[in-house]
Amino acid sequence: MAFKTRITKPAEAKAWYGELPVESLYTMGIAGEKFFRTLKDKGKIIGAHCEKCDYVYVPPKMYCERCFEKLDKMVNIGLTGTLTSFTFVYVDVDGNPLPKPEFVGLINLDGACTNLMHRLGECEMADLCIDMRVEAVLKPAKQRTGSINDIKYFKPSKKK
Amino acid sequence: MLTSKDLMGTGLSSQDFKQKKVLVEKWKANAKYGWDQGIAIGRYLRELKNGKIIGVKCHKCNRTMVPPRIFCEWCFKPIDEWVYLKDTGIVNTFSLCYVAWNMERLKEPLIPAVIEIDGASPGMGIMHLISEVDPKKVARGMKVKAVWKPENERTGAITDIKHWKPVK
Amino acid sequence: MGKRVAVVGAGMTKFVRRAQETGKELSWEAAKAALDSCGMTLDQIDCVVLGTAPDTFDGVHMKGEYLSDGAGAWGKPYMRSYVGGGTGVFAPIHGWYHLASGHFDTCLVVCEEKMSSYQPHPQGAFLTIFDHTTERPLYPNLLWIFALEMNRYMTTYGIKKEDIARVAVKNKKNALDHPAAQIPEQYTIEDILNSEVLAWPVQRLDVSPVSDGAVALVMANENVARRVTNKPVWVEGVGWALDTAYWTNRDLCYPRYVEVAARMAYKMAGITDPAHEIHVAEPYDPFDYKELHHMEGLMLCGRGEAPIITAEGKTQRDGELPICPSGGLLGVGNPIAAAGLMKVAEIFWQLRCEAGKRQIARKAKRGLAQAWGDLMQVGTVIVLGV
Repeated sequence: MAFKTRITKPAEAKAWYGELPVESLYTMGIAGEKFFRTLKDKGKIIGAHCEKCDYVYVPPKMYCERCFEKLDKMVNIGLTGTLTSFTFVYVDVDGNPLPKPEFVGLINLDGACTNLMHRLGECEMADLCIDMRVEAVLKPAKQRTGSINDIKYFKPSKKK
Repeated sequence: MLTSKDLMGTGLSSQDFKQKKVLVEKWKANAKYGWDQGIAIGRYLRELKNGKIIGVKCHKCNRTMVPPRIFCEWCFKPIDEWVYLKDTGIVNTFSLCYVAWNMERLKEPLIPAVIEIDGASPGMGIMHLISEVDPKKVARGMKVKAVWKPENERTGAITDIKHWKPVK
Repeated sequence: MGKRVAVVGAGMTKFVRRAQETGKELSWEAAKAALDSCGMTLDQIDCVVLGTAPDTFDGVHMKGEYLSDGAGAWGKPYMRSYVGGGTGVFAPIHGWYHLASGHFDTCLVVCEEKMSSYQPHPQGAFLTIFDHTTERPLYPNLLWIFALEMNRYMTTYGIKKEDIARVAVKNKKNALDHPAAQIPEQYTIEDILNSEVLAWPVQRLDVSPVSDGAVALVMANENVARRVTNKPVWVEGVGWALDTAYWTNRDLCYPRYVEVAARMAYKMAGITDPAHEIHVAEPYDPFDYKELHHMEGLMLCGRGEAPIITAEGKTQRDGELPICPSGGLLGVGNPIAAAGLMKVAEIFWQLRCEAGKRQIARKAKRGLAQAWGDLMQVGTVIVLGV
């Protein structure tokens, strides 16, 4: 059955412009609160260890997603790890070119079974390769707010 | 049986946030849209700019509908014709709202209403605002007429009708 | 119809105005409580169904995927469903057909909502239900749409505000006996009528609160159900229906979509006289008038008669047809998707005589939970029986 109605003049094909007001305030959660407070106050990274599955979550979780048990045991994770993957980002979120590319990586911190996404810094493109050692560079204590940005970036590390 | 001590869940008060007892992260979405008006609403808005309300008719279901649409949602066929409707109607239901969209309190109420448009099938209404009336006198079944913006201020929007006011 | 399915366990979090837990943690708390209630573990669950309402509340895009690990879905078949407030009953219907099909033996059904993330007030997130071109330019708020429906309902049947306020008094009082309740309180009808007028005829105490919370059920087919518990609660009927989004083109005085969903559920359950064959009901009550509106749509009484039987005391816990013995959304709280599942959990506990101080006086063999949502649009109904 053919449509009996159509627009034939391009000027009549219009859009109605508007915005959806969405402003969010996120709590860190029971586990997240511990992680970010430790990062802010002590400059340390912690994870949660599931004894049943022998699995360490970083950032820590309140529960193990595999066996569903409550996770109370926090473990200290150092600031050093291995680069699992990385990329160079050339455009911003709206698709506009960045003045210079951003380096982003997935880091498997020593002792963790999970990867953490963060920025990579103090390095050139040629310095980066998968499985290289990296270490976290934190903001000075006074500037830390309890945010993932309390870690400025990860840089190449000479530590084994 | 459910008991209080079994229940998990940690409640926080607005004071807890003000006193920064918990860490938070804020984020504002960038959600801007250009919604295509479409064939039917596109025509509806163009006609509003002309100071007219237009509807559509389905012959099979014998319904005259507003806001217009390109197919009848009852029988799923394309509509058969466009029909100009009157800019008068009757109040199907209304409210006296003392709270603005941003939760601020209002002294004089806004009067949102569903107005059944004359010329459309019974019960065919649109949502709009009533004004130029004592709020205590608004009633279901009241006859109202559209109050239009002057022609040079109309842009092709539902707000080309400023509001509806009672008529005898 | 298909394999016989039962609810074997239920759990929930407290309903609070602002939870510290993330949405994932709320989901886990409810899911773990449900599993613990029937002595089951996650590896005994074959599939997971999650219900959660607009992503904008939690402020997380693809909320179903985000919540999946908290809902126990790691490595399992998983589906999210969403029909606004109707989700709370839609999710167990979803769980039902996962099992009735014979495809799975056990299903974990979880519903979660964390509305408090939305700033400055979660009410603002509802702006988007209005049409972006023909309605939003008028700067509506959610109260308008409820007030318009309440007014139409009242003027159609000549119902007074006192008759409606009676529901708020009943439910908020019933909630005093619910351990998870957010705002239980003993009020008088005068208290309700003296509360702030928000959008006449809607007043502050007519409205349920904004909430964070989660609820979960464990469902199983007959073979597993009989091994897990000696009191399985059977799913006897399910129904769901959606009316047009052209809400200004229909008469709001009667929720015909609730009737359509109810007829579907009653047909499946073999019910021909719901007013007598349903022994306890939890219709959706985000506003007090909605309980009455939905009682009529569920055909538990005639049109315009719900206020009358309420005034006669028939819907109290010791009445002939207890309605919202839990305390409903008005008393326990309204975390959008979780609220409906709270009602299903209540019927589960009532039919097993495990509702504690909320236990109704009469013997109940069949109960019903109904949820509602969207643009005065969706009806979802589940009939449970022992």
